[in-house]
Amino acid sequence: MSLYQLQKFLYVLNREPAAQRRYRDDLDGLIADYELTDEEARALRDGDIGLLYVLGVNGQILMHYAAFLGIAWFDYLDFMREGIERHGPVRAGVYAMTGGGASFTEEEGAR
Amino acid sequence: MSLVYAGVLSHAPGITGRADLVKNVARRDEFYRMLDHQREEIEASGAEALVVIAAEHFANFFMNNMPAFCIGMSDAYEGPIEDPGWLKIARTRVPGNADLSKRVITAVMQTVDCAYAEEWKFDHGIMVPLHFLTPRYDMAVIPANINCQGPPLTPLARAWAFGEALRRACDAQPEKIALVGTGGISHWPATPDSGKINEAWDREFLDHLMAQDRDALMRYDDDVQTYRDAGQGGFEIRTYLAAAAAAGGPGELQYYTAELPIFAVGCTVARFAID
Ligand SMILES: [Fe+2]
Repeated sequence: MSLYQLQKFLYVLNREPAAQRRYRDDLDGLIADYELTDEEARALRDGDIGLLYVLGVNGQILMHYAAFLGIAWFDYLDFMREGIERHGPVRAGVYAMTGGGASFTEEEGAR
Repeated sequence: MSLVYAGVLSHAPGITGRADLVKNVARRDEFYRMLDHQREEIEASGAEALVVIAAEHFANFFMNNMPAFCIGMSDAYEGPIEDPGWLKIARTRVPGNADLSKRVITAVMQTVDCAYAEEWKFDHGIMVPLHFLTPRYDMAVIPANINCQGPPLTPLARAWAFGEALRRACDAQPEKIALVGTGGISHWPATPDSGKINEAWDREFLDHLMAQDRDALMRYDDDVQTYRDAGQGGFEIRTYLAAAAAAGGPGELQYYTAELPIFAVGCTVARFAID
């Protein structure tokens, strides 16, 4: 578990255009710059929002990564819900403080 | 001259980015009108600069070097850091005032240890408020951040002290300065609980805030309890506390609604008397 490194990857990606170019051109090289577990590296390689949420990535970081991947808002919320169903409660970070991030609110039924 | 205006307002990316998904359009437009009214009040105060006490979301500050407090010290900032199409705010340069910032920071540092930054990319936490309060980006902005995101968070008593220090710093300057705190109250942003709002918790907190009841406000200092009752977004009450402490006078809650869940925050506008 290296949530710090995983979140740092996304923090840098969210704010650095050079990292965004490298994400498109050399994702494996970019991933290799961080000390990540195989599961974390796989989540990034697959753009797996649900797994990243379960691994503990803060939504304030994850939301921008999802936007970068072109994922629509309600799909982003659904991916996190599916992640919980598939992998169980959030394992680390703020959302593991209580409840494990497994509580869902239907957002205004707007879809 | 001094602090001439102090208030608080909500921020959230949905307030601009998901405006078209709102079901309760009348409520949305009512909220927008109140933000416009806040802009008019700031303009009427004669303010030459706007301090924005923010709770930024890992745009500039990360767990490699997380300041409890930071104040910007640049003649220009850029934002939003988010995709402009997603936030529906065009990327722009926002004017700052490095000289005024330096004087404010120097004064704040007399009582509160504060980091400063000559580079700062604004995220939605500042860009959404500016979109309504200085839509032409024609007022110098001084960003001030409190760590509301990466635990261990800034203690509430220190956020209060930061507000008091900002007040003394503003009062020592020849310029007229307005100040807003921008946060959420209860909300669960960017999670599967997005849209959840604990209205009772919000209203009780706002009562204490408007009454300047420092003792009651300090009782929110258990982050686990705040997370349980008010979500991660509840950590951002620090910005509201700092604004209240800076103002010193009683608050007037000008707007609150929990009926815009697509904005993922209870939408709030308030001002304080300067005392
Ligand atoms: Fe926020």
